[in-house]
Amino acid sequence: MPDDILVDIEDLQFNYDGRPVLQGINMKSPRGKVVAIMGGSGCGKTTLLRCIGGQLRPSGGRVRLEKHQVCEMSHDELYRLRRKMGMLFQFGALFTDMSVFDNVAFPIREHTDLSEEMIRDLVLMKLEAVGLRGAHKLMPGELSGGMARRVALARAVALDPMLIMYDEPFTGLDPIALGVIGQLIRKLNDALGATSIMVTHDVQESLQIVDYIYFVSNGQIVAEGTPDDIRASRDPFVHQFVHAEVDGPVHFDYPAPAARQEFLAGVAHA
Amino acid sequence: MLSPLGLVRQLGHATVERIWRLGFAARFLFAIILYSGASFRRLGLTIREIYVSGVLSLLIIVVSGLFVGMVLGLQGFETLQRFGSTEALGIMVALSLTRELGPVVAGLLFASRAGSSVTAEIGLMKATEQLKAMDMMAVNPIARVVAPRFWGGVISMPLLAALFSSMGVIGGWLVGVVFIGVDEGAFWSQMQASVDFRYDIVNGIIKSVVFGVAVSLIAVFEGYDSVPTAEGVSRAITRTVVTSALTILALDFVLTSFMFRGTS
Repeated sequence: MPDDILVDIEDLQFNYDGRPVLQGINMKSPRGKVVAIMGGSGCGKTTLLRCIGGQLRPSGGRVRLEKHQVCEMSHDELYRLRRKMGMLFQFGALFTDMSVFDNVAFPIREHTDLSEEMIRDLVLMKLEAVGLRGAHKLMPGELSGGMARRVALARAVALDPMLIMYDEPFTGLDPIALGVIGQLIRKLNDALGATSIMVTHDVQESLQIVDYIYFVSNGQIVAEGTPDDIRASRDPFVHQFVHAEVDGPVHFDYPAPAARQEFLAGVAHA
Repeated sequence: MLSPLGLVRQLGHATVERIWRLGFAARFLFAIILYSGASFRRLGLTIREIYVSGVLSLLIIVVSGLFVGMVLGLQGFETLQRFGSTEALGIMVALSLTRELGPVVAGLLFASRAGSSVTAEIGLMKATEQLKAMDMMAVNPIARVVAPRFWGGVISMPLLAALFSSMGVIGGWLVGVVFIGVDEGAFWSQMQASVDFRYDIVNGIIKSVVFGVAVSLIAVFEGYDSVPTAEGVSRAITRTVVTSALTILALDFVLTSFMFRGTS
């Protein structure tokens, strides 16, 4: 694997209860770049992210992170690798019994022997980076959705990870908070020299901050390219997704038998 | 309407499901013990849980113990009076509490007050992805969240049972001696002479430790295994209370049959 590629996925397959969720995914994430994985709800984006983080074992294929084969690692090896990863969950997943400060300090306290003074400085620096130094005494219940996401972001980068993963970071945010989070993702990635993989379906925000985009549909990569490629794409799926069209390769209706057949079957039973 | 074959199939499925969950719970207990190091190395984690499960349950234990003792005093006096042996009231109250009512009722109260709260907390942590977040931070949720709560419960339960029994004895004394007028000297001296430390008190403590392990395991397991939705967590809490109550009563029968076989 070339040195400039941090995450390399080859022919990744994942089945859930016999149903194929991922079907031969191939993707690469170069070091220092922000890569977006986009697609409709239920297309397998989050599953893909969890396979990269080693939370799910794929049915086939390979996930390489640096020189490690994620799918073949033991529990302890995986935990050692995860110390170099950060993850932002869809709704932040802050620990509700801890203050903002303690949430950000959590990974530092768990994995280092630093003194409390040093931890305090580190935590306040991380919170300063997301603009919430003044909120370090608040509890998660006192934060707005956007603030909670920013605290979770500070926690995700607390140990200066080499890989940051984002699971739907823009969900449920107002336009201002959405813009703030988007800019923070880009700036923190560049400032830390990290690599980011972001699962999202927010097209417009993603096109502004990412370096490369993969489109997933039915567990397969159906399109990929830089934001400029995507904007100019004539691919029907990409066009429908970017322009939020109702008609296109992605159907509005969930697969079902013909309406006439189903309704008439009801009459026959009556 | 289910056919007889369908009924048998459903029964079989439910049985297999129960056995599978029992096996999973046994493996879960093994994992808790395996990852318990952090609970004792970082004692603050376990002490916090002793506070949450034990100290915050004090009020219900103290008040319930007092009332149960008072009822025992009334009922005991009523019965013993028929045989002219009201001076044995102290023995009756003390033995009922140390051998049976203390561990059993304290266990039932502990399951409803602390067990349900532990299940709800772990279940909600699961539903809000806090356990996954911990796992992604390379922090084992069983070591960091489950084991301290388990040991917090195991340590709290015998202390609460002892407190329940003590309060019960005070309740019995209050009604028997203070209100009804049973001789105070007879009440305490008969109790002191007849309650055997090893046979009565230690066996009561053993019972409460066993109930503590059972209730704590059920509470953490149901929370960890809950379906991560509002309904799933609610069902898990119900299962914790019901399963704990039945387990305590069943274990009490088994333990009693081994411990108290009618010695001469």
